[in-house]
Amino acid sequence: MLSMNLLLDAVVLGTLLGCFYAAVSLGLSVSFGLLDVPNVAHPAFLVAASYGVVFLNDQFDIDPLLAGLLITPLLFVFGLFAYRLYYETFERRGSDAGVRGIAFFFGIAFIIEVLIILQFGVDQRSVSASYIGKAWRIGEMRIPLRMLVAFAVAAGLTILLALYLSRTFMGRAIRAVAQDEEALRLMGANPVWIKQWAFGIATAVLGIAGALLVIVAPIEPTLDRAYIGRTFCVVVMAGLGSISGTLLAAIILGVAEEIVVTLFGASWAPAISFAMLLGVLAIRPQGLLGRRS
Amino acid sequence: MSRSSLPFWIGVALFLVAAAGMTQVIVNEYPFFAAYGILQFVVLAVAWSILGGYAGYVNFGTSAFFGVGVYTAVFLTKAIGVPLAVQIAAAAIIGAFLGFAVGLLTLRMQGIFFSIATIAMTIIIETSVTNWRFVGGAAGIQLQRPPVMPPFGSYMQMLFFVQALLAVLAIAVARYIQGSWIGRGLQALKDDELAAECSGVPTLRLKLMACVISGALMCAAGAPAAMYLQYADPSSAFNLNYSVSVLAMSLIGGTAHWAGPVLGAILLGATQQALAVTISSEVNVLVLGVMLVLFVVAAPEGLIGLIRRGVGRRKGDKA
Repeated sequence: MLSMNLLLDAVVLGTLLGCFYAAVSLGLSVSFGLLDVPNVAHPAFLVAASYGVVFLNDQFDIDPLLAGLLITPLLFVFGLFAYRLYYETFERRGSDAGVRGIAFFFGIAFIIEVLIILQFGVDQRSVSASYIGKAWRIGEMRIPLRMLVAFAVAAGLTILLALYLSRTFMGRAIRAVAQDEEALRLMGANPVWIKQWAFGIATAVLGIAGALLVIVAPIEPTLDRAYIGRTFCVVVMAGLGSISGTLLAAIILGVAEEIVVTLFGASWAPAISFAMLLGVLAIRPQGLLGRRS
Repeated sequence: MSRSSLPFWIGVALFLVAAAGMTQVIVNEYPFFAAYGILQFVVLAVAWSILGGYAGYVNFGTSAFFGVGVYTAVFLTKAIGVPLAVQIAAAAIIGAFLGFAVGLLTLRMQGIFFSIATIAMTIIIETSVTNWRFVGGAAGIQLQRPPVMPPFGSYMQMLFFVQALLAVLAIAVARYIQGSWIGRGLQALKDDELAAECSGVPTLRLKLMACVISGALMCAAGAPAAMYLQYADPSSAFNLNYSVSVLAMSLIGGTAHWAGPVLGAILLGATQQALAVTISSEVNVLVLGVMLVLFVVAAPEGLIGLIRRGVGRRKGDKA
């Protein structure tokens, strides 16, 4: 069964993987966790950003991380417009916004999937960089270098976003709007603009997250379906909108996935995040480390 | 039977007579193949609307119910080789139980949490079937159609007529629910669940009923698909494309009236059949997605809403 060595392997690799899951969930933690936007299309945006990185890497031989950084401003502007559209069509009109908002983002996700298929085909794509394909050996354990890179960058990104939300003026404004929109309005601030900015930040971090996605493993157009489970599992388990919670929840998910894959084989991998998500939702719909009591 | 029911039942009778007539007159297989696909979506969209439309719970798990229907048929065919009618009945019963279980687990969640939970359920069931060797695992399984029964010339014609019967059944159920206390209760909890609960509407029981009925119909619609394609594999039986198609058809048609999803399924189903033949199945999904987004943004009441507004305006002109 599960020897100590295998368990240690699973925990170490799971922690690395978990940090990567945190990075891809950060955007959703802001857009869904803080802003309450039912952003089912988040994983589709993530995969689209990854294909942007693949394109730049293919055409101009740019390092994937640099490519991710290059498309970040583009994603930010996209986020500004996307939230504006969502706000004008759903939030402002109020009634029945929930049902239609969810359907809206679900539709967007499928449109992105098909556009990627039409542009890049259904085959798996990957990127080339000096750190992909090599591995570190520590005693018995073999750790792929790409996982270490992903781990370091993901941890850095998570800390940066946490600092942004707690230290800067705009970051605090975003958390304020999540807590009490009406109060913010009474202070003379424009909550819609702050939410728009926040949604921009949520899509902007997808640049680096998308680069990590394709560094960790090859991507395909329908990969977003698996990441619906992973990202929502992390964000809901973290307690909506908590960045430190996101990191912890993502590591729990990463370790759980590694252990199950070691024990039962890779074919069970897709179900783990969804099962955990379902479990958390059934017990505590507001998340494990919940912001709302 | 109320007075307004008469035209409805006459329409149903005419439709079934026409469908039966078609199987006796037309020899070419393709019309039945295409019409079957459209009717399948009629059943799924109408069933979806019972929970998604009347109660406002956006169910992304259509593909889970459909896939369970497909695999119930696969299992029964492989294990004991029962006839189609038994497969469909068994699928409906399993679908009802599944709907009940899913309802118990998820219906206390609201909005997006319910929707995400239904996706989760889809993937979990799909993964379990993928790991189930007896029904073919990830590679899928080939199925042999049994010889056809007398009144029909071919098995495809029989499948078509069976799906037509299922469509009529689904529509009749949805129509009954819409007019009954169940439909009114669901409508009330859609508008304001807390207020409905406080006024004595048994919200959880109503939602469970809707989930059970909707699940049974969806599973029943999936059961003949195994013999329709003569092949089943988990990634296509549980494909989320079914969920998004059915969601799009229901919302584009409009969910306030049972005719909405029927209209949406016929229009989009026919478009899909045409596009899949002439261009490609990718473009197919693209058209569906774009239509869904456009309607959700610009015409939230769907086609039914547009028609009603058009009729209302004309009446206003006369007055």
